[in-house]
Amino acid sequence: MGTLQSLSDEPEYRELAEKTGFSFEQIGILHKRFKQLSHNENTLRRADLDTIPDLACNPIRTQIIEAFFDKRNFHQNGDGTVEEISFEEFLVVMSHFRPPALNMTEEQREKVRREKLRFLFNMHNTDNDGTITLEEYRHVVEELLSRSGALGKETAKGIADAAMLEVASISMGHMEPDEFYEGITFEHFLKILKDIEIETRMNIRFLNMDTTTLCNRDSSSIR
Amino acid sequence: AQPLSEWAFTRHRLYFLTIGLVLLNLPCGSYTEIPPKPPGTVTVLPPVTPAEGPQAFPDAENSNLPVFTMNYARIQVPFEVTLWVLLASFAKIGFHVYHKITFWVPESCLLISIGLMVGAIMHSVHEEPPAVLSYNVFFLFMLPPIVLESGYFIPTRPFFENVGTVLWFAVVGTLWNSIGIGMSLYAVCQIEAFEVQDINLQENMLFAAIISAVDPVAVLSVFEDVSVNEQLYIVVFGECLFNDAVTVVLYNMFNFVAEMPEVEPVDVFLGVARFFVVGLGGMGFGVIFGFVASFTTRFTSNVREIEPLFIFMYSYLAYLVAELFSISSIMAIVTCALTMKYYVEENVSQRSCTTIRHVVKMLGTISETLIFFFLGVVTITTEHEWNWGYIMFTLLLALVWRGLGVLVLTQIINPFRTIPFNFKDQFILGYGGLRGAISFALVFTLPDSIGRKKLFVTTTICMIMFTVFIQGISIRPLIEFINVRRTNRNLETINVEIHSRLIEHTIAGVEDLCGQWSHYYWKDKFLKFNNRILRKILIRDNRAESSIVALYKKLELQNAMEILDTVSGDINAGSSIVSLQYVYPLSHSSACFLSLSLSLSRSLSLACSLSLACSLSLSFSLSLLLAFSLSLSLSLSLSLSVSFCGLVTLSVSLSLCPPGCLSYTSFHIVHPSSLTHYPFNLNRSDGYLRNPEGFGLGSIYQG
Repeated sequence: MGTLQSLSDEPEYRELAEKTGFSFEQIGILHKRFKQLSHNENTLRRADLDTIPDLACNPIRTQIIEAFFDKRNFHQNGDGTVEEISFEEFLVVMSHFRPPALNMTEEQREKVRREKLRFLFNMHNTDNDGTITLEEYRHVVEELLSRSGALGKETAKGIADAAMLEVASISMGHMEPDEFYEGITFEHFLKILKDIEIETRMNIRFLNMDTTTLCNRDSSSIR
Repeated sequence: AQPLSEWAFTRHRLYFLTIGLVLLNLPCGSYTEIPPKPPGTVTVLPPVTPAEGPQAFPDAENSNLPVFTMNYARIQVPFEVTLWVLLASFAKIGFHVYHKITFWVPESCLLISIGLMVGAIMHSVHEEPPAVLSYNVFFLFMLPPIVLESGYFIPTRPFFENVGTVLWFAVVGTLWNSIGIGMSLYAVCQIEAFEVQDINLQENMLFAAIISAVDPVAVLSVFEDVSVNEQLYIVVFGECLFNDAVTVVLYNMFNFVAEMPEVEPVDVFLGVARFFVVGLGGMGFGVIFGFVASFTTRFTSNVREIEPLFIFMYSYLAYLVAELFSISSIMAIVTCALTMKYYVEENVSQRSCTTIRHVVKMLGTISETLIFFFLGVVTITTEHEWNWGYIMFTLLLALVWRGLGVLVLTQIINPFRTIPFNFKDQFILGYGGLRGAISFALVFTLPDSIGRKKLFVTTTICMIMFTVFIQGISIRPLIEFINVRRTNRNLETINVEIHSRLIEHTIAGVEDLCGQWSHYYWKDKFLKFNNRILRKILIRDNRAESSIVALYKKLELQNAMEILDTVSGDINAGSSIVSLQYVYPLSHSSACFLSLSLSLSRSLSLACSLSLACSLSLSFSLSLLLAFSLSLSLSLSLSLSVSFCGLVTLSVSLSLCPPGCLSYTSFHIVHPSSLTHYPFNLNRSDGYLRNPEGFGLGSIYQG
């Protein structure tokens, strides 16, 4: 990590650190990675992220990549998607995966949980209407199961249906036979996933890793 | 909930049976007491007097064919074993009569208490208890089932995520404890007032090695009922299973060394090397046997009946082979079960799978029950040597060293953990270090060359009693008092599963994206290896299945079974009819009655229900009944129901009818769930979302 680099960007880093909660060291590491992915430009495009080899085997890579370009994740109350993102926006999206501090109050923990769940919710809710409809859920399940061999679409459909039914029964309780369940709102989403302890699971440990080895590997595969 | 009278009857019956069994067991005490009779001898008894017992002599002037004979000696050993097992199991049944007891006092304590009582009875009539806790019987027969059960039901995902922490605590923690306790006890021994100066360093270290190991039997029986957060649970669980390697090495090493006049540095180095052999060898054997077992089950599709046998035989074989080479047998059997479970459960039939799980649990429970029971019995019947100073200091030092150990080790490992342990977790981790029967069995096998063996035995027993009783009973209120983070461990909803997978993939993806690797990366790699190579070899029909699909199938199956149970609930209700004065010759010869009952369910709403006993389900019966009653008997029956505890509804129905018709009284017990929760909307073309109560039904009828 270039100390020269951090010295020159220090005021900027400070601002970023305050905004996202990362330490200077972590910002430095991420900045290096950003530059490597974007080939030393200032903005990152989707095409850059498509070239990461390990990501190619991930069943939900499109959703993950989309999440980085989704304005809702930039904490600026924006909407829609963008074509390219700056380092600051990259960092803001990454801050969703920051591990919570050791001594947090219950309130702060709740806030962190909401934030992370909001990230997941946005991943599902592609049309931004505030609810996850059956179609969107089915899409997610299909993607998730796409890696496990040739499962028919029917199974994925069945599973998504069962999952929606579960949400309906948990959040709405007893329903009249002619009622219709519109879709999963954010509040229902929070309710069904409240036991999952997401603040402890959805974290990335930003270890002090040497990214030069990755550089060589990735650049060789790009060529 | 049974009706009150029945429950009281059962309880009294239990007490009499238990006392009867105890008395029966008294003459069956020691194996050596009663001289075995040569096989083939027939005891001739006069036909009038009852059996005189095994000491009856053959009649010199026999000639007639004996009508009634008895040969006790032949069946003695299996008979006694069965009786003891039954006695311990009856004790277990007895505990659950009072729910409050088992909530606050862990079963291990109750079993030890009963054992103490039985031991006292046996001691007073000068009988020897069977040698259950002797080295061979304990380590070859009693311990494997428990360890197999723990290994089989380990929650695998949390285990592998925390495997580093688990091994750290198991290995380093046990070492720290042993050496610490050993050294301090040696220092204590130097104090003249306690009169234990003849115990030298090696003996102290040997003793420390024995009592510093956290015992899986005791810990699991306490932590099973208490729900702490997943991380804490898996670390405690894993630690008590995997510290066996260290215990074995230390025990053997110090045993060897205790007989030698002096220790050389080479021996310490050899000890370390031996540790690696023991630990890694144990795990290696376990993995090998696990794979062999999985491979075998690939070919068992035509011998479904004996499929469960392979699981047990292979795991027991792993244990025995490990014992053969004196490496850690507990680790062998645990890793065998871990490896085996995943592949075997895909290969065997559903029935075999259920059988395996059930039998594993049953064997484990029996073993555990017997171990605690006999711990109590043997406490009374062994010879003790009491020494206030030594015993008190041992208890104190064990606590102190464990606490210190947990603190120091957590400080070191916390930076490497995603979810660090806070002080509350650490406290429970330290407090949950219970000792149990393994220490006891080990101390019994100390060579007699150690002068103060009886003192060691007494101290070990005190240690076990202290930890199991005091720590075991107090841990539950403590956990609630200090408000440790809890986890709801039964998270089996599809949504949670889907989102768990989603989170994992997201994290793996983002990690790839930003170039940071953690265990998700290795997990991913292993899964790929698993799918590409291992599954092809070890599984018969290799259909790669996501855990989401597996869970979905499992939940569907559960729902289907529940629906069937609801339907057959009506059948059961019908067959519990008590009195019927006249059998109406309607359809079957078995009781078939009609009644219209107004039942007051728990929420005091009036539910109108009709029950036709023995066959049909509720929603069909309405139309049929009207037809029958109108055309055949014109009888009106009115029934009043009273519900007990909201669970069982009792309804009595009387019928009045014009002369020439039949009058009958019926008495039946109806389960209210069959009355109110049965889904009324059976036609479900598109309405999967319309009636969420019928969740399972909807998907089945659709499917």
